[in-house]
Amino acid sequence: MTTTTSPQPATEDDYGTHPGAAANRFFKGLSTGAGALILVTLAAVATFLLLEAWPAITMSAAELGESVSFIKPEDGQSLIEIIGYLVYGTLLISIIALLLATPVSIGIALFISHYAPRKLAQGLGYLIDLLAAVPSVVYGLWGVAVLVPVLTPFYQVLADYLGFIPLFAPPESGEIFTGRVAMSAGIVLAIMIIPIITAVSREVFLQTPTLHEEAALAMGATRWEMIKMAVFPFGRSGMVGATMLGLGRALGETMAVLMIIGPGLSYSAHILQPNQHNTIAAYIALQFPEANALGVNSLIAMGLALFLITLLVNMLARWIVSRRSEFSGAN
Amino acid sequence: MSKRIDINNLNVYYGSFLAVEDVSLAIEPKSVTAFIGPSGCGKSTFIRTLNRMHEVIPGARVEGEVLMDGVDLYGSDVDPVTVRRHVGMVFQRPNPFPTMSISENVLAGVKLNNKRISRSDADDLVESSLRGANLWAEVKDRLDKPGSSLSGGQQQRLCIARAIAIKPDVLLMDEPCSALDPISTLAIEDLIQDLKEQYTIVIVTHNMQQAARVSDRTAFFNIAGTGKPGKLIEMNDTPTMFSTPVEKATEDYISGRFG
Repeated sequence: MTTTTSPQPATEDDYGTHPGAAANRFFKGLSTGAGALILVTLAAVATFLLLEAWPAITMSAAELGESVSFIKPEDGQSLIEIIGYLVYGTLLISIIALLLATPVSIGIALFISHYAPRKLAQGLGYLIDLLAAVPSVVYGLWGVAVLVPVLTPFYQVLADYLGFIPLFAPPESGEIFTGRVAMSAGIVLAIMIIPIITAVSREVFLQTPTLHEEAALAMGATRWEMIKMAVFPFGRSGMVGATMLGLGRALGETMAVLMIIGPGLSYSAHILQPNQHNTIAAYIALQFPEANALGVNSLIAMGLALFLITLLVNMLARWIVSRRSEFSGAN
Repeated sequence: MSKRIDINNLNVYYGSFLAVEDVSLAIEPKSVTAFIGPSGCGKSTFIRTLNRMHEVIPGARVEGEVLMDGVDLYGSDVDPVTVRRHVGMVFQRPNPFPTMSISENVLAGVKLNNKRISRSDADDLVESSLRGANLWAEVKDRLDKPGSSLSGGQQQRLCIARAIAIKPDVLLMDEPCSALDPISTLAIEDLIQDLKEQYTIVIVTHNMQQAARVSDRTAFFNIAGTGKPGKLIEMNDTPTMFSTPVEKATEDYISGRFG
């Protein structure tokens, strides 16, 4: 300030800069860059997949069959047909996993959020997160060494009594009941996706407005009735989103499926029969070590298919989860 | 339909913290009893003991008796869920279920008690409850719209309709107008006057004019200081409380000399 008593007229300088402006710009650039990096990575992956898959996609089935060992157009196993089988197998096994994991996960999440005493809930929460930290190869080993032998007798009973349903049809007579089947892969995948579905559902359930819970309780609702009236309607889209995230993980899982399943290629619905199904990821891992250049191109084409499915599922999940914000709180 | 409540030597705890100490009072049937007092004095905590909503909070418990027509609500063979079906409650903020329509909201409590209610009985009940809550004329053409589409005052009256649809013996109101504008407040106050013909009503309010307008008897709660338990200072007929209170603390509070 000068010695004059009248206030100085404001100049552009007074409004132009302020301390921290540079840091603000820097941070804006940094976060914009980080955001753009994601898009660039995604585009790069998509481009790579497309470019590398191109030779296999454009080549005629017969030519490809001559140079790639695992592609046999004469046996109905051209590249596009294999991709069809694998997409079917991937979806089948993932859906088995989802059907098994979703009710269990929602049960655990509800127990943690609304039933368990606080200390137990905390411990259980950590335990669930720990389950997510187990490497998938360990799940695979455990599945083959422990779970499959335990499950096989149950499959036998299931096939004996419910074998008339195509889903549970027993293996052809003479074939051994190994238990290395789509069902087992589905069960192990279910255990692997339980943590993520549980964690997301638990967060959603915990956000149920106390106002609505108390409204239900004050009308004389039991705990379960309160959950049906207040918690589920509030958390519905969150639960769907959680399930989709679980599905996204199940679709891409490689090692556990590779180690457990007796692989095969078919559109069979018999989930208790070995050598019927395989998933894209497990198939790629299986064939990759001995594939020649064109073989790799073919496998990458399969990877492209998986990439597209997973992308779709995840986008769907994100969209559903984001819709949740619309009816949070009192209104 | 309406019952009297006698509270004897009730202590209310959150864990080991004594929130309300040694309250004894009587609530008359078919009348409006108001609880007034400064924030934190335990009046909301206390009203929640009358339908056993207090114990929903982990660690919360009470000692003493709450007798409804002679039956102790805290007796060992009493199920809190059953208590709440006899003692309705309206909360500070309107809380209709956002995913339910207006009529589903009204029927929510009834469906808990009696799953198979015929269509025409349900329609009749929706109409009579909404009429009882002075809301029928405003919503009769949009009963299938979400409850959250109403204004705040309408939502609160919807919550009252929901509470009276289960035909409770007692209706508890925990600051039912504190989130509402003066016009909606007036509508609720008129409604309280109508409702007391049938129900025993207990209302917690911050607004002393409201207590003076709507209640027959008023109880004043106070707290000695932070961390100390709230206590019942004085209870009397409302005109007496607001003209010639016995205790000096009551007089200071209602005349605005403290707080």
